[in-house]
Amino acid sequence: MTPTRAAFAAILGKDLRTELRTLQSLPAMALFAVTTFVIFRFGLDRTALSGSLAAGVLWATLLFAAVLGINRLFVSERGEGGFDAIRLAPIDRTALFAAKAAALLVYLLVLELIAVPVFALFFLDSAAALGPLVAVLLLADVGLAATGTLISSMAVNSRARDLLAPLVLLPLVVPLMIAATGASEPLLAAGGPAYDRFGTWLGVLALYDLIFLLVGYAVFDFLLED
Amino acid sequence: MNEAIEVRGLRRDYGERVALPGVDLTLAEGEMLAVLGPNGSGKTTLLRILATLLRPTAGEVRVLGCALPREAWRARGRIGFLGHEPLLYRDLTGRENLRFHARLHGRDGEPAARRIEELLAAVEMERRADERVAELSAGMRQRIAICRCVLHEPELLLLDEPESNLDAEGREAVGALIGPDAGTRVVVTHDPERVLPDADRILRLGAGRREMVA
Repeated sequence: MTPTRAAFAAILGKDLRTELRTLQSLPAMALFAVTTFVIFRFGLDRTALSGSLAAGVLWATLLFAAVLGINRLFVSERGEGGFDAIRLAPIDRTALFAAKAAALLVYLLVLELIAVPVFALFFLDSAAALGPLVAVLLLADVGLAATGTLISSMAVNSRARDLLAPLVLLPLVVPLMIAATGASEPLLAAGGPAYDRFGTWLGVLALYDLIFLLVGYAVFDFLLED
Repeated sequence: MNEAIEVRGLRRDYGERVALPGVDLTLAEGEMLAVLGPNGSGKTTLLRILATLLRPTAGEVRVLGCALPREAWRARGRIGFLGHEPLLYRDLTGRENLRFHARLHGRDGEPAARRIEELLAAVEMERRADERVAELSAGMRQRIAICRCVLHEPELLLLDEPESNLDAEGREAVGALIGPDAGTRVVVTHDPERVLPDADRILRLGAGRREMVA
């Protein structure tokens, strides 16, 4: 049997190479996020946001931008026979789950490298919150990558995948969004970052990540069966 | 001689529709089985079950000594499968695709690179292998797909219309990889004249018919 690490590296390398070559997901995700911030900027008619409103705008935008990438995550496997190729190989199929989740995590990190500075430029008076916000972004991204990969692999076989993935995904990530906005809200407070219950919310995010990584590991093999 | 494939009472349904109505067949190591039949007779379904890609609805299937689907994990990696789809990523080059499949089968480094170059040379694709698969003709894709199918030196080849899209030159080129010297093979075809001279056994599938000719 091929070592899982080798299969993981092969699939992740293939996905990143393909994305670099075709730019099918990342530019759309980044453009969506920046455009949404512009709409919020003029829609709310505010030059500065703080607290729960700032956290809400940031996380709603990042979540919907992520959905664009999640919808496309398994399209090449479905359309070009990748599922069959992976099922024919002597590999642990959870390597596919791990590699796809890692690819999605990379997309989310690149998205945030572009979108978060734009958010700060449009809405924040100071960049002091951005440092501690990194921990929230990382933990939320892991959860979003695990849940998104799981849902995308189920939705890709449906003709209504563009509709199905968000419909199933959004209710599942409600706890993740509550924890992410809960942790971000004091960081984005008007007077500068505060840390009320910051550790608790990070704990909730880490627990969510653990649960969905374990669920993905446990059920992904069955999802690939005919 | 050991049996490479043993199938008894194999049945596969898609909902209400019966795709395979109960097939019995055996194939010894080193032999070639030709599977004939009109469209919709279950040829591709049979091949996908033997390749561990589909579960049978009923019946016993043993491939390379492994009972399917229970021991499918033991058979995977020992089977070379060529279906209707080439199983190649359109945005990767032919060489990148082969490298990817080699890594999935636990082959990497210099030996894998050498094997890939040998195969590309055999199908006369070494000069076009750095072009994206999307830019290749259907025949060229088929040649790369055949390289993909035999890359890991499988013990059993399952080939669904392997010469489709190939011109006379292409058929000649792939002959060394999937022809009579390629070992145990199951070949699905609509062109009996090409395949029957090499066939040790023939399975004819049809509407409600499954006839094994030794």
